[in-house]
Amino acid sequence: MADIKVAAYICKGCGLGERLDTDALVKVAQKDGKVPLVKSHDFLCNADGVAMIRNDVANEGVTHIMIGACSRRAKTEAFFFPENAVARANLREGVIWIRPDTEEARETTQDMAEDYIRMGCAEVKAMTAPGGNPNTGSNKTLLVVGGGVTGMTAAVEASKAGYPVVLVEKSSALGGWGARLFKRIPIHEPFKSPADTGVADLVSQVMGDSNIKVYLNATIAKTEGAPGRFVVDVATESGATHTEDIGAILQATGFTLYDMNKLPELGAGKSPNVVDQAGLEALASEAAAKDGVIRRPSDGQPVTSVVFVQCAGQRDTTGTHLSYCSGYCCNTSVKQAMYFKDANPSVETVVVYTDLRTPGNGEDFYRSAQEKGVIFTKGKVSQVLPSGNTSTVKFHDLILDDTDATIADVDLVVLATGQVPNSGVNIEALAKPQVAGEEGEAPAEGEAVEVKPISILNLTYRQGPDVPQLTQGFTDSHFICFPYETRRTGIYTAGPVRRPMDMAQAREDATGAALKAIQALENAELGRAAHPRSGDLSFPKVRLEGCTQCKRCTVECPFGAIDEDEKRFPVFNESRCRRCGTCMGACPVRVISFENYSVNTVGAQIKAVDIPDEFSEKPRILILACENDAYPALDMAGMNHNEYSAFVRIIPIRCLGSVNTIWVTDALNAGYDGVMMMGCKSGEQYQCHFVKGSELGRVRMSKIDDTLKTLNLESERVRDLEVAITDIKRVPEMINKYAEELVAIGPSPFKGF
Amino acid sequence: MTEHVATNETILVVGGGISGMTAALEAAETGKNVVLVEKNPALGGRTSQLYRYFPKMCHPVCGLEINLRRLKSNPRVRVLTLAEVTGIDGVAGDYTATVKVSPRYVNANCTACGDCARAVELEVDDPFNYNLGKHKAAYLPNAMAYPQRYVLDPAIIGTPDADKAKAACKYGAIDLDMQEETIQVRAGAVIWATGWKPYDAAKIQPYGYGRFKNVITSVEFERLADVHGPTGGKILRPSDGKEAKNVAFIQCAGSRDENHLRHCSRFCCMASLKQTHYVRENYPQDGKSTIYYIDIRAIDRFEDFYQKVRDDASVTFIKSKVARISEDKDGNPVVWGVNTEGYKRYSTPHDLVVLAVGMEPSVKGMDIPGHIVADSSGFIEADPANGAVFGAGCATNALDVNRAVQSATAAALRAIQVVNKVAKAEA
Repeated sequence: MADIKVAAYICKGCGLGERLDTDALVKVAQKDGKVPLVKSHDFLCNADGVAMIRNDVANEGVTHIMIGACSRRAKTEAFFFPENAVARANLREGVIWIRPDTEEARETTQDMAEDYIRMGCAEVKAMTAPGGNPNTGSNKTLLVVGGGVTGMTAAVEASKAGYPVVLVEKSSALGGWGARLFKRIPIHEPFKSPADTGVADLVSQVMGDSNIKVYLNATIAKTEGAPGRFVVDVATESGATHTEDIGAILQATGFTLYDMNKLPELGAGKSPNVVDQAGLEALASEAAAKDGVIRRPSDGQPVTSVVFVQCAGQRDTTGTHLSYCSGYCCNTSVKQAMYFKDANPSVETVVVYTDLRTPGNGEDFYRSAQEKGVIFTKGKVSQVLPSGNTSTVKFHDLILDDTDATIADVDLVVLATGQVPNSGVNIEALAKPQVAGEEGEAPAEGEAVEVKPISILNLTYRQGPDVPQLTQGFTDSHFICFPYETRRTGIYTAGPVRRPMDMAQAREDATGAALKAIQALENAELGRAAHPRSGDLSFPKVRLEGCTQCKRCTVECPFGAIDEDEKRFPVFNESRCRRCGTCMGACPVRVISFENYSVNTVGAQIKAVDIPDEFSEKPRILILACENDAYPALDMAGMNHNEYSAFVRIIPIRCLGSVNTIWVTDALNAGYDGVMMMGCKSGEQYQCHFVKGSELGRVRMSKIDDTLKTLNLESERVRDLEVAITDIKRVPEMINKYAEELVAIGPSPFKGF
Repeated sequence: MTEHVATNETILVVGGGISGMTAALEAAETGKNVVLVEKNPALGGRTSQLYRYFPKMCHPVCGLEINLRRLKSNPRVRVLTLAEVTGIDGVAGDYTATVKVSPRYVNANCTACGDCARAVELEVDDPFNYNLGKHKAAYLPNAMAYPQRYVLDPAIIGTPDADKAKAACKYGAIDLDMQEETIQVRAGAVIWATGWKPYDAAKIQPYGYGRFKNVITSVEFERLADVHGPTGGKILRPSDGKEAKNVAFIQCAGSRDENHLRHCSRFCCMASLKQTHYVRENYPQDGKSTIYYIDIRAIDRFEDFYQKVRDDASVTFIKSKVARISEDKDGNPVVWGVNTEGYKRYSTPHDLVVLAVGMEPSVKGMDIPGHIVADSSGFIEADPANGAVFGAGCATNALDVNRAVQSATAAALRAIQVVNKVAKAEA
């Protein structure tokens, strides 16, 4: 390791100088922190203070900087030293702002500040400035899987930005569902009539682009590697395999229409005159090629009346069909009704719906259909009874509350059946990720999703061959703010495989996903992390000689970043890693670490805290707080001067998932009276930005009771708490309550050992 | 962060809400230099004023924290607040934007210690709370404000309060002589992400917004529900501070209406469904919500959320376009109309009426520099005539947050295509 020189800087501004004995803090840094260069400053974040630090870096050889001032979330522009290891002792939001400015509080407040200085010094010494993952790849080619509108759009848009594309389509032609449409829903003013699909243009753009290499009749036989250095085998119909070097992957495998044959009560399969929306597109295209008259399939007679059944097999609350709404079908039925009305206004067209869903300018389109004479009836169709060349549609008229409403002599019935994603293998239904070593526990009940046997990406990943699905087979993200975040770094999904959507949205989605894929390969080349720790140069390092091949890290990694070699040692694919630290938390032998975040950086802080003896009446509570939610909440509590106990010592952590149980046992052994862990909500509505991090952390900590028993300690000494970023009032209350409870329990018996 | 010099390879992003921040960050994280211009004193936009998001009921500031952390650690984004683009000259690949920067009266020395706010006396309307509350005239826009720097309201400039603020600041951060500035920013491409504004509910005359205190808008209701809002999260009605336990939600307040907004604003059904949760959380025993709707548009996966609210006994759905609202002698708003399921007339008193106001693009009626093609609702259309000015988020369509972010990410690629071409031509 290169020589390190640590310097500590203590700010006296913002009341720190008045509320704290900063001379004593300097001495603590020198004596307890063993920092050779310690300076205080009246106003550290101003130009002069920052220049002082910069000067020490340039002229004194300072490599490691400890700043005792405000929160690490504040004054980030001033204290921006990306070349150095930096630790920040939060004396403002974390000490003086949460303590009363009274004489009696002064001593405990000073204790708190001194501990944070000790912790900061210990932490920074255990860190090194991250240098970026060296195991990078520089491939800039984007692989697009699926040659429908989404895939083609992604290919064209990526190519326009200067990136080569390999596009793989399993059928013999590009175009997907889009190519089967007669017309599309309009996307420009005046939103009144069906428009040309533009799919043929898109196909010719793809085919005419020398930057896009197209494989037809082809599938992905194997995908291995990581962003920037994926190696993908493309299998073609002839049996040949082509190997492509790929930087990032975009999965645009689209949807399959829900099988209308599952809806015999709606006449499906009982008459050729009952079709789904794709069936009607075919009839319309056929008609357009001839005389423009849409004909009844059974006998070729012109259709004079048509009924559109919305939500056929969708929005189903019985659990039999799709429970979701596919979003596009209302507009599609509006469009299809216009196929009839535009050709012949006398054709009777009725749309039976429960809620007509035409968002945005779809409303103009809907209005236009009403003007063209399309009838919209609020009702729920119970039965379609074909007989001869016509059908009878029975429905519950919701306006008249007539359960026996009927439309007779209907020539054609169109069922709006909805989208089922082509998402490949549901790897979680195959093997629910569990914490290793939990054999014997019943697996959690899986969702009622069909396990599709055919993999799309054939990833060689330890955790399975496809991208994990979120719900109902969609490979969507759970995050409102970050819709593209799949759980496989450098692999993005777009279009109806991600979420039900129409063509306009799919094109937008494809463009956004293409950007994310490009970004992933650019950052992979630079050795930097992808979202949410984007730009982070730290990466997990493992000391394999200490590894016991327990597989916890490979099983738990929420992003499937870690594979296993033939001896079952973990193989870290750093460019697939999102730097949450779940592997580090999981590792029982503690051989995994990040340069600036490790078992040591946190462990050293825990050990640095001064533990007063049991007679001092100064308990010590360790708080491990998620840096994205709990820590900001604590900061804002400080900004609001919401007071909390001076007995807590707070350490921000990347994620609850990164908490190694050794921290908790070390703290308890050292005489801390209690440990509070603050992480994000887990479970179905999880709010953890590493998806499974907080959940895995909680599973791990649920086993802490055994440890407590071994130590002969009360189970109340460890508390697992769900904290949201808005808990600005609640968190101080929780802390204070816990501090009181611990007083009642009495001091830890481990003090003074 | 570090200030870089804007060139024709820079991307200018107008608007610092979630769409603008997303576009800026996605571009910067792909290696592009970005100038992000926001007219308010802090980033975050309207999503930061929401209490919770549907359908997860999670907190928008959680994502904001991540975005701010991305921003703080990325030297490629230069943020200008209190700034408005007043003109754009040039052509795709080589624009020069004129940006007017209003004085903040607080410089970069500010440590956000809050001494100035404690020193001044004047209180002014707090726009973060849609003026439902007041804040000091020296203020931090909100707890998550970025830049984390106080602002002086222009109302105190030239008054003794301003001098008090200045005297209170130990760090020389208050500069009362700060003037409006005009700066030029070069850019190869522009992303227009100016978001939306709630439709002016007062224009829907029969609903009595502005006349009846207990008729409020959905965005105001978010602030009432927020534990950090003006009522500390208690749903109290504005007229008398009484607990509002019987709340009516009126859908399509302005939307889907040829007299107001022709389009469907998309998010309002889900927003009202979400807000019924606030009522139940506040009053678990006797809270009641009634949703007056035309169609419930819980599109795609949101259907599950709708079904859960449907199953909630405290929520009633009435299919009806509300005709008018009156007020009874106790100050209760009375909702009048016809329930179209069965054609039954109703006139129902509630404690509070929440108008699910529609989304109007902020860009509508704005003097957009240069020529931008918009649809009849004022949303920016994708059109080659726009050159390298790309719409993003709710400037382009009525979108929820998730879709706005998608749109912004797509816009980032479109802008990158232009600046990459510029870079290639110059290489």
